[in-house]
Amino acid sequence: MKIAVLSGKGGAGKTLVSVNLATAANTSAYIDCDVEEPNGRLFLKPERIVEEEITVKIPQVDTDLCDGCRRCVDFCIFNALAFTNRLLVFDDICHSCGGCVLVCPNKAFTERDKAIGRIQTGSSNGIEVITGILNTGEPSGVPLINELMKKAERLEGYVFIDCPPGSACTVMESIKDADYCILVAEPTLFGVHNLNMVYELVRLFNKPFGAVINKCLEGEENPAETFCRGNGIEVLCSIPFDSELGELNSNAEIAVYKDKKYRGMFVSLLERIKQEVKRA
Amino acid sequence: MKIAIPVDNKSLDSNVSASFGRSSYFLIYDTASKESSFIENTAVHSSGGAGIKAAQTIVDSGAKAVLTPRCGQNAAEVLKGAGIELYKSVSGNAEENITAYADKKLSVLDEIHSGFHRHGGGGR
Repeated sequence: MKIAVLSGKGGAGKTLVSVNLATAANTSAYIDCDVEEPNGRLFLKPERIVEEEITVKIPQVDTDLCDGCRRCVDFCIFNALAFTNRLLVFDDICHSCGGCVLVCPNKAFTERDKAIGRIQTGSSNGIEVITGILNTGEPSGVPLINELMKKAERLEGYVFIDCPPGSACTVMESIKDADYCILVAEPTLFGVHNLNMVYELVRLFNKPFGAVINKCLEGEENPAETFCRGNGIEVLCSIPFDSELGELNSNAEIAVYKDKKYRGMFVSLLERIKQEVKRA
Repeated sequence: MKIAIPVDNKSLDSNVSASFGRSSYFLIYDTASKESSFIENTAVHSSGGAGIKAAQTIVDSGAKAVLTPRCGQNAAEVLKGAGIELYKSVSGNAEENITAYADKKLSVLDEIHSGFHRHGGGGR
């Protein structure tokens, strides 16, 4: 059972929700797909870490074999190739599709491995913690997240996928195999804008979903809740704007371990999600 | 010699486009014949690598100099690789820049920016 946790912006509470749900579930795995700034590991503090390097294929050209026909330049939809008096390859623009290698009539290309990041696998109180870490400056986390999703394939029980913020390609890659999506939002107008981005995305992907509204103030306006009501989005849980929770979180503590009230909240949220998934 | 200018419209009094890779057209001006022509920039709607593709268009046009307010790193690599000189355009329309170039009043463009990639949350 794969449950993706996403939000239209950073800092809404994706990691808070996914780390605490993983802790509340008896057996589970946590996958950090927020590969530009993976921070679930700061809370879960996994041990016995095994690390592997992740690479992509980048073409390199043998200029003696290249006759400048430019079929590869015309083929490359990503514009990663140019021909002046010789062929130029732009590694950072290349999406490793391998098309240039196929279309070259002179077999002038070979491919080399380029490291883009690494995956760490460890465990934390029975939770398998898998973290994707993109090398600084790498333009795309998609190939790394694709490798994380391959690892998710072999996992049983509940798998919580902590997505990157936003609704771009990296998020699509993170939710593509999910059985259920949790949209985390803040109870502000800005929060509504960001919620709408991921709401559109999960509908596009035909995923069952529900919302968690974080940092709620009692008696205050809650535009995110109004948005959910207006669009028929199930609000699974409203997390209060609570200094105690904030302090636990800023000390990299897991609320479920430290506070009975929050253990209860996340256990109920998990139960609610189980029912939602059954219904879906 | 041919020079190229990124422009918003197909006319000599067009603005110089603020962007090289994403300009709508390129004005190709022949300093010998005083003739001008316009090429559509097919890179304008590319999701990425627009500068590279636009630069390829300029290389293929046979231009030997580009007058532009700014230029990204990848585009500059293609242009310089083809031996094309980069000059910093000044305020005024395309025609005024051609005159400034002819009068040798334009300076060489030496600030190459690292690109405006990944606006909108890393769409790749």
